[in-house]
Amino acid sequence: MPFMVAFVFAYVTWLVLTAGTNGLLWSTEELIAGLIFAGIIAYATKGVIGDESTRFLNPVRWVGFIAYAPVLFWGMVKANLDVAYRVITGKINPGIVRVPVELENDAQYTILSNSITLTPGTLTVDACPEEKALYVHWINVTEPHPESSEPVAGPFEKWARRLGR
Amino acid sequence: MIAPEFFYATLVIMVGAFMALLRVLFGPSVPDRVVGVDTLNTLIVAGMVLLGAAYDRTIYIDIAIVYALLSYIGTLAIARYMQGGLK
Amino acid sequence: MNTVDYVIYTFLAISMIFNLLGSIALHRFPDVYTRLHGATKTTTFGTIFAVLAVVVHAAYQLHETGNPKYLQMALHSVVALIALLLTNPTGAHAIAKAAHLSGYKPVRAIVDAYEEKRRGDGE
Repeated sequence: MPFMVAFVFAYVTWLVLTAGTNGLLWSTEELIAGLIFAGIIAYATKGVIGDESTRFLNPVRWVGFIAYAPVLFWGMVKANLDVAYRVITGKINPGIVRVPVELENDAQYTILSNSITLTPGTLTVDACPEEKALYVHWINVTEPHPESSEPVAGPFEKWARRLGR
Repeated sequence: MIAPEFFYATLVIMVGAFMALLRVLFGPSVPDRVVGVDTLNTLIVAGMVLLGAAYDRTIYIDIAIVYALLSYIGTLAIARYMQGGLK
Repeated sequence: MNTVDYVIYTFLAISMIFNLLGSIALHRFPDVYTRLHGATKTTTFGTIFAVLAVVVHAAYQLHETGNPKYLQMALHSVVALIALLLTNPTGAHAIAKAAHLSGYKPVRAIVDAYEEKRRGDGE
């Protein structure tokens, strides 16, 4: 099953990169070459990916990621206006805070820490799954010891829990 | 060149890249220099995509993809080295 | 001049402003963590708009000329953007952790919970 996951992802990437070789579609040679190379790559990497990767073939998850994109984009707009304000005025009040989170697996930690790096005023320094906490550099500390991720990450913990399940 | 506005945008972004390079040259500590290199990589990817549109060559954008992935490996390697080995 | 040109100019202007702001942030902020804030967020955002401008340009040219190389241009720039969006925050995280582990303290910090945690682990 990890073979199929790697094969599907490699073949989709190949199709995206070679679109437009026959009119706006694909020529037969590119389709066959893509099958061969995706097979080689999937065979070489099937031991690396692991059995849990099959959940990324679930179409419901892809709909979730598409619904997540506008939320993340709006967060990035706010983050950039915030950084612009701080670059121009130079007002900072930084600190590294410990943020307790309720997450289960590595995918959720990855999604949450990457999201809060791109959203207002926060930058993940370390993630500790064993003590269920993130260490976050916060450019404008309002609460030195937050009880939940709400003041730091806003709605993103909920999204990360839903997307990485 | 069929779209000169992309070329002028690239020039402005390269001014930013030059400022990041100044941070690499003068940055007082090692992590400051690494931050400068990271910024420089992102700006160069943006500049390459814009130049690909300006000169109408898709191959520049392919190079930007490869550069983005390889510069990420470079940043990770430097960060690992800085924190004292692969632990 | 038509509407498409104005859309492209707007996207290019936003991209230029935020990319320049990222490099100015490198010189305005006092220490490595705040510099990472400025550099990562603004340059990622600026690159999104640069790629959007290229996609709009390529879609317009594809509509005008029908040449499939403009389809390739749009798709490849979107792939470059996705690569950058996935790798940029992770790189910033790696640099921040490495800087803290090699002993660079955040300047003017009012709280440093990570330092307390590392000191607790060491004992």
